[in-house]
Amino acid sequence: MQGLAAVFKKELCDHFSSYRFVILFALIGMVSFITSYMAGIHLRENLEALANTRFPFLMLFSATGALFSMIQFVAFFGPLIGLVLGFDCINRERAHGTLIKLISQPIYRDAVINGKFLAGVVTIAIMLVSIVLVISGFGLALVGVVPGIEEIWRLVIYLIISIFYISFWLGIAILFSILFRSIATSALASVALWIFLSFFISLGADVVANAAAPVKGQTETRPETLIKNIRIKEMISLTSPMVLYTEATATIIDPMRKTTRSMVLISPMEEILASRFQNPLSLGQSILIVFPHVTTLVAITLICFAISYLVFMVQEIRM
Amino acid sequence: MKPESIIETDNLSRRYHRQLAVDTLSFTVKEGEIFGFLGPNGAGKTTTLLMLLGLSRPSGGSAKVCGLDPLRNSREVKRLVGYLPENVGFYGELDAVQSLEYVANLNGIEREQACGKIDELLELVGLKKEARKKVGDYSRGMKQRLGIAEVLIKEPKVLFLDEPTLGLDPDGALWLIDLIGSLNNERKITVLLSSHILHQVQKISHRVGIMIRGKMVAEGSIETLAKEKFGVGEKQYSLEQIYMKYFREV
Repeated sequence: MQGLAAVFKKELCDHFSSYRFVILFALIGMVSFITSYMAGIHLRENLEALANTRFPFLMLFSATGALFSMIQFVAFFGPLIGLVLGFDCINRERAHGTLIKLISQPIYRDAVINGKFLAGVVTIAIMLVSIVLVISGFGLALVGVVPGIEEIWRLVIYLIISIFYISFWLGIAILFSILFRSIATSALASVALWIFLSFFISLGADVVANAAAPVKGQTETRPETLIKNIRIKEMISLTSPMVLYTEATATIIDPMRKTTRSMVLISPMEEILASRFQNPLSLGQSILIVFPHVTTLVAITLICFAISYLVFMVQEIRM
Repeated sequence: MKPESIIETDNLSRRYHRQLAVDTLSFTVKEGEIFGFLGPNGAGKTTTLLMLLGLSRPSGGSAKVCGLDPLRNSREVKRLVGYLPENVGFYGELDAVQSLEYVANLNGIEREQACGKIDELLELVGLKKEARKKVGDYSRGMKQRLGIAEVLIKEPKVLFLDEPTLGLDPDGALWLIDLIGSLNNERKITVLLSSHILHQVQKISHRVGIMIRGKMVAEGSIETLAKEKFGVGEKQYSLEQIYMKYFREV
């Protein structure tokens, strides 16, 4: 434990005193500030017009102001936080010859990787929590709506899912920093994987779905083909952590969303229910809907870390 | 009283890609001595040191350091052994005191205790004035001094020094060799000194071992080895002459 605590403390200090953290924080702080400001202005103007907003406060996060909402922003660029915090975590020490010094101290070898991962997760958590708090305070002043207990809970769950999501990318970055000796290679590999999983999979999903079940316009296509097309598309795009995360958090933040699935796939009864009862879902029901998403997100984060852990433990360190 | 052996290996082997880096190596280092660990580049010296620390898994044979099996009790062994790797690295953004604090933390030394020790060690290695300078701005010699301070902070029983004088100026190398001698003398630290600079090794070593292609070809005091190779003579043979004789024969 003593080794873990020492590594953890050192890494946390490093993160907070590094320029890259300051730049990252400034960038993300700025963007989320602008997004929520846009959303807030929009919200204030239209608050009366919106029919049944029971949770106007949460709309600060989910309403698309100018370009994207706060949630979408974190989904797109949150991974970058994880990657930047982790891409050189092991191979920088290897390149500088400090890794061998570190593991020749009386600590267990896993203290090194656990400490580094934990420090990254805590940094991410502090970053996200402070940004959400700032936006909330900002929203209070701007919109003048006080969040209810349920809204606070939804925000807390949103934060937890976000921390796991970004930690997944941290885990990927750490894994690459173990696998690749060169810092540039590991940085490039993690960015490549990020672009692939976040952007190309959704494009690829369209292509594959259209090839397997071509949709030629509303009238000519049989409903079965349309459903098949959408099923395939959803199945493929769900392999992207970004899609998992977006669907999960959108449902948590927006109580009016009652399913993560496409409207076409909803059965007729469900459709009637959805149109008849315009009431928001309770928190428990929202969680129930996204439970598979969240479980998968947590699982891939843990699997990713476990692989890094195993590789690091069996690797021979000479430098 | 016969000094006890503090390091003992028994047919220790390590194979890399079907090539034996360390080949059935057996040698002993006695408590309280300075053992000069010699051999050409790539003879397997560093690999042997890593196996003695439990950082590398032997393909065969066994080793004992301070009576412990490094493979099973790696943490305990690393508590007793200070290892200064060849070309040791540092965190450039920390200063000397912070670097030492980190190593002290990793060794579980209490804060108040560590402060006193750091002061004392900086004095010993002559870095008192530069203690608050970033290590990134240190010269090679200053870094090596800091490296020595870092291995001493845990108060080791044994020191593994891998090419400690490599790249140092003559003055710095002499200082370091003298320091190693006095650590051995005053603090009774056993030293396993790997080096290519043979006259320095000759100056302080009690015994030497010559390792060539993974095998220990000679082990003993310099006089014994000289006697073995050149017979008894009036002439004092230097370690260099002895080493070259062994090296040519293999």
